[in-house]
Amino acid sequence: MATRPVTGEQRAFMTGNEVVAWAALAAGADIMYGYPITPQNEIMHYWTRMAPKYERGFLQTEDEISAGFATVGGVLAGKRAFTATAGPGNVLMQEAMAMAEMMRLPTVVVVTQRGGPSTATVIYSQQELNLTCFGGNGEGLRIVYSPSSHDELFLYTIKAFNSAWKYRFPTFVLGDGYQSKMREPVTIFDPEARGITMEPCHPMVGLPGLPGEERDPAHLRNTYNLEDELYEVLMTAIKEYEAIAPQVVEWDTYAVDDAELLIIAHGVVSRAARAAVVSLRERGFKAGYFRPVTLKPFLAETLRPLAARARNLLVVESAYGQLKRQVQAGLYGLETPVTGYLRPGMGITPEEIVEFVHAKELI
Amino acid sequence: MAIAAQPQMPRVWRAETKPHKFCPGCGHGIVLKALGEAIDALDIQERTIFGCDIGCSLLSWDFFNLDTVQTHHGRTTPVLVGIKRARPELVVVSYMGDGGAYAIGAQHLVSSASRNDLVTIIVVNNTVYAMTGGQMAPTTLPGQKTETTPYGRDASLTGRPILGPELVAAIAPPGAYVARGSIANIVQLKNFIQKGLQNQLEGRGIAFIEALSSCPTNWHTNAAATWRFVEKEMTAYFPVGELRTPEEKAAGRLQEVPPRGFQS
Amino acid sequence: MDFNLKIALAGEGGQGVQSVAEIITEAAYQAGFQALYIPNFGVEQRGGVSVAFVQVSREPVSAPKFTTGDIVVALSHRAVERVRQYVGEKTLLVYEAGLEDDVRQVYGERQRRLAVPALAIAQEEMHPRVFNVIILGVLVGVTGFLERRDVEQALERQFGHKFAQDPDLRELNYRALDRGYEIGSGKREVGNGR
Repeated sequence: MATRPVTGEQRAFMTGNEVVAWAALAAGADIMYGYPITPQNEIMHYWTRMAPKYERGFLQTEDEISAGFATVGGVLAGKRAFTATAGPGNVLMQEAMAMAEMMRLPTVVVVTQRGGPSTATVIYSQQELNLTCFGGNGEGLRIVYSPSSHDELFLYTIKAFNSAWKYRFPTFVLGDGYQSKMREPVTIFDPEARGITMEPCHPMVGLPGLPGEERDPAHLRNTYNLEDELYEVLMTAIKEYEAIAPQVVEWDTYAVDDAELLIIAHGVVSRAARAAVVSLRERGFKAGYFRPVTLKPFLAETLRPLAARARNLLVVESAYGQLKRQVQAGLYGLETPVTGYLRPGMGITPEEIVEFVHAKELI
Repeated sequence: MAIAAQPQMPRVWRAETKPHKFCPGCGHGIVLKALGEAIDALDIQERTIFGCDIGCSLLSWDFFNLDTVQTHHGRTTPVLVGIKRARPELVVVSYMGDGGAYAIGAQHLVSSASRNDLVTIIVVNNTVYAMTGGQMAPTTLPGQKTETTPYGRDASLTGRPILGPELVAAIAPPGAYVARGSIANIVQLKNFIQKGLQNQLEGRGIAFIEALSSCPTNWHTNAAATWRFVEKEMTAYFPVGELRTPEEKAAGRLQEVPPRGFQS
Repeated sequence: MDFNLKIALAGEGGQGVQSVAEIITEAAYQAGFQALYIPNFGVEQRGGVSVAFVQVSREPVSAPKFTTGDIVVALSHRAVERVRQYVGEKTLLVYEAGLEDDVRQVYGERQRRLAVPALAIAQEEMHPRVFNVIILGVLVGVTGFLERRDVEQALERQFGHKFAQDPDLRELNYRALDRGYEIGSGKREVGNGR
């Protein structure tokens, strides 16, 4: 009889990849499909070692295309299925994710961003925001969480399964190579211990009863003949996505009430942004910080009033404008100038943010 | 006294979606009939999941009283492998054309064959990409005219037709079932498909059945020429018969060397 | 209290750079600090200089990497040049004594430094395999923020399975730790209270 992998709460010191494996176990994930690509490989290494103890499954497929499609199969069968990828693998994964978007499938994908485009580096970046949020040939009806610490990586991997199965949009945990490889303290927990009930799963094929006689068969497709058919299907999904957005969206702020400079960052960079704000405040500068935790849905309404009060906005990211573009699109019409500290593929420290703020006289 | 000539439909066929959407003279209807009869014979309707690809095979998305998922081009097998690995009690049938199987989906075919995945794959070989207007396919014959080989397929430039069952037969481990049938012999085709489903039910290994089929629409042939092409010209390149059966004695390269400590 | 320690270590693959970094970070975590360790690596996962970053503080660490280290350790010829970007005016450069000429050439005379004859000690007094544990001892001594008990526990966690097979190994490692500690504590200027 399989026991629970985590009981209560446990303090630990591990790498981000290990955290993800534990979170998936704790969330009751049934099966992982995967393909090797740095820097997420250890998620598979830990999962394959631990999975048999808890009667979970694993299949290493022949590429990320099949890993994505096998994950689609797993959720169709009614199981909490997930996969993980990065970089060029994420590019290949988009085909399956487009199908998941169209067919409203609760896939969960952990993305550990690396330098891009193409092979680039295996190390780190925030350059897969565009791809993870909008990578399919559609409107990007996805849920994307951007954690900034191991505690959050654990929490949001669990939440990803719940959001996926509750709302039926493909869901992503957008990590990065730094978080994957670094070791820091984390508290892992059994969801029940924190009052989190796992969303139940239902199969979409292989339902009980004789199809055609005891029930209608499930005929699932992602293709339509006429523009009107497609439009109707899409608008239904879009309306639903917009309706659930307020329940899904999460963000964090610090020292924003009287902020003259608002620094905006996501993921691991938000830690540096926050530290930069603390440092500026200590020297009397009125800086504040806004951090989207969900990149999709991206609710500009939460940011707009804060941005309106500030004199300057500074977007800080390890990409060349992928977050900045979302911010600017969301704040369209607002006259507050938006500057970017854009360092594609490079880690960002609080000191360099502060230096940039002063160099550009943003405050 | 009215003797209404009602064609005998397999039980698992869904009457509400008939007549089907395939062209007159298309072989898909015959292959799907053989499949339907095999499912009826084995009485596995309740737990069979049918997956179809892109191209003309996608027209079968509402064909059966079976839970069905239409996938992306070449990705039907991995989706069904994903389902089977998550719920092994289900029976999964992966249905596609020669493009989905041998071009865009070739790496999935090779890997599933190597893994001996418990999936029953049916490939409808009509030598063209039909739905998109009749372009050259992996199985187009040398000299055959298609939309992208208007002067006839030049084998020196584009290669020779892929022998899919032979490829799977060469690499699949013992326990695999591999055959090639034809719409020209529906009884034999149905038997092959049934054996292929049986192979999965008994957990022996992969089942792969290619069915030689027709496309008069893109071949621009009349009835007589259509049958001649299927029965004479295609069989000259694609021999009909069983290539691998699970009962065969493992011989030569296929001989399994059990790992040390393995208890047989 | 603004305790914030940044250490960068670099050496050849096989010199045990990552081990030292992991042990000191783990020890800091066990002692109740916020600690973050991250290795550096390129596409070639084998070969190339091995670099590790360690940060210890009381507040959660704000970024996995840093621009300037409080202590930078260079254990090989290639490492001396490789770590240049992390060495600032106030950085204490800790290096294998045999690299004296390289260090002088790259960093001049004015850089705060500590030469450690780890190779000689390991080869003549102990065993080449505890080279990196001597360095570990040096770092513990120089920084002074860890109790010996914390480090021993971290050593056990890292190498316990090897010690179990050969108890002499434990004794050897502890001797190396002590020897390094002697050298390091003599140079202590950074650590608690900074």
